[in-house]
Amino acid sequence: MSAALCLGDDALVLSHRLGEWAGHAPVLEEEVALANIALDLLGQARVLLSLEGDEDELAFRREERAFRNVQLVEQPNGDFAHTMARQLYFSVYQELLYERLAAGEGPYAPLAGKAVKEVAYHRDHAEHWTLRLGDGTAESHERMQRGLDALWRYTGELFRPVEGLAEVDWAALHGAWRSRVEDVVGRATLTLPEGSDGSGWSAGGGRQGVHTEPFGRMIAEMQHLHRSHPGATW
Amino acid sequence: MVTDSGPTELEQRLRELAGGVPDPELPVISLAELGVLRRVHVYGPGRVEVELTPTYTGCPAIEAMTADIQHVLREQGGMEQVLVRTVLFPAWTTDDITAEGRRKLAEHGVAPPRVSREPAGPVPVELGSIRCPNCGSGRTKLLSRFSSTACKALRRCEDCQEPFDHFKELT
Repeated sequence: MSAALCLGDDALVLSHRLGEWAGHAPVLEEEVALANIALDLLGQARVLLSLEGDEDELAFRREERAFRNVQLVEQPNGDFAHTMARQLYFSVYQELLYERLAAGEGPYAPLAGKAVKEVAYHRDHAEHWTLRLGDGTAESHERMQRGLDALWRYTGELFRPVEGLAEVDWAALHGAWRSRVEDVVGRATLTLPEGSDGSGWSAGGGRQGVHTEPFGRMIAEMQHLHRSHPGATW
Repeated sequence: MVTDSGPTELEQRLRELAGGVPDPELPVISLAELGVLRRVHVYGPGRVEVELTPTYTGCPAIEAMTADIQHVLREQGGMEQVLVRTVLFPAWTTDDITAEGRRKLAEHGVAPPRVSREPAGPVPVELGSIRCPNCGSGRTKLLSRFSSTACKALRRCEDCQEPFDHFKELT
């Protein structure tokens, strides 16, 4: 299991999920925001996958079981609040992880140093929406809470050590993530579910190539063009 | 690779040519003014390597920049082989945009990023207000944190009411 593949697949798969919002976002500004975030993640994925091999081969020719992303990023978009809950959980994690990698001298330091600034902006965006929806109307509050609850079971997997990232103290990363997320969620008048974040049972297996059912359909669409028209360019 | 002798005359000329290429998304400013051109190195007769750094990791303009640099260094620089490499470290910041680049952005209706550090040193300076590029008012409001490209946000002037793009600070 290569770290470049794990981090690259996280970025690629979340990028694709966010791209699915194009044409469906609730307001034009968010349409643009989600596409911009997706573009940043795609850029990161390209750099990371290129460290491992041919980026197109890896993105478009691998089978489902060869992908090493965490299950959180492959979860379907749901409603806008559900997507924001996924963004909050993941962007806080990604920012903290990249901060640590950027401070080290490993092969991922240059990319992490660049990407951490982009991800900080994604995290800021997710925090704003968590506050706005959580502390908004009864309807928005309920939907945001539902999103946080539904995705919670996928957060434990984020902190299972990734081979090759020796500079990361995963327990400390988990603690920092938990306090940051708890702070935002508290200010948004929302609550985090108990357990299932690594202390109790949690879903997982993405890093070993075990994915949830919706992922197969997602990559079928993502890879369709490349597989149907090999070598196509424009 | 570090060389002791500094850039040669040829390298300087090639650097001017490459640096003069307009940014594909904001053609009022050049790549030199945007601060994305890192290094021009002639490594053999007719062979040059150029290092570019992206503003954002996923910036799609980097491919157009690469093609434009290759074109100008072949056509006007007399080079046969032009390699363009993308480097990520040290990461580009909006402080790398030159004063002239900022002036041109404002003239073009894009509020330039505010300078976060004095050119001379690492001391952060306090950011002032973002001024409307149309009327100069400091009373402007954020409309959307994301705009037409990854590097911009959308704002509106509270005095003249014009919406405008703001080149976001990235430090």
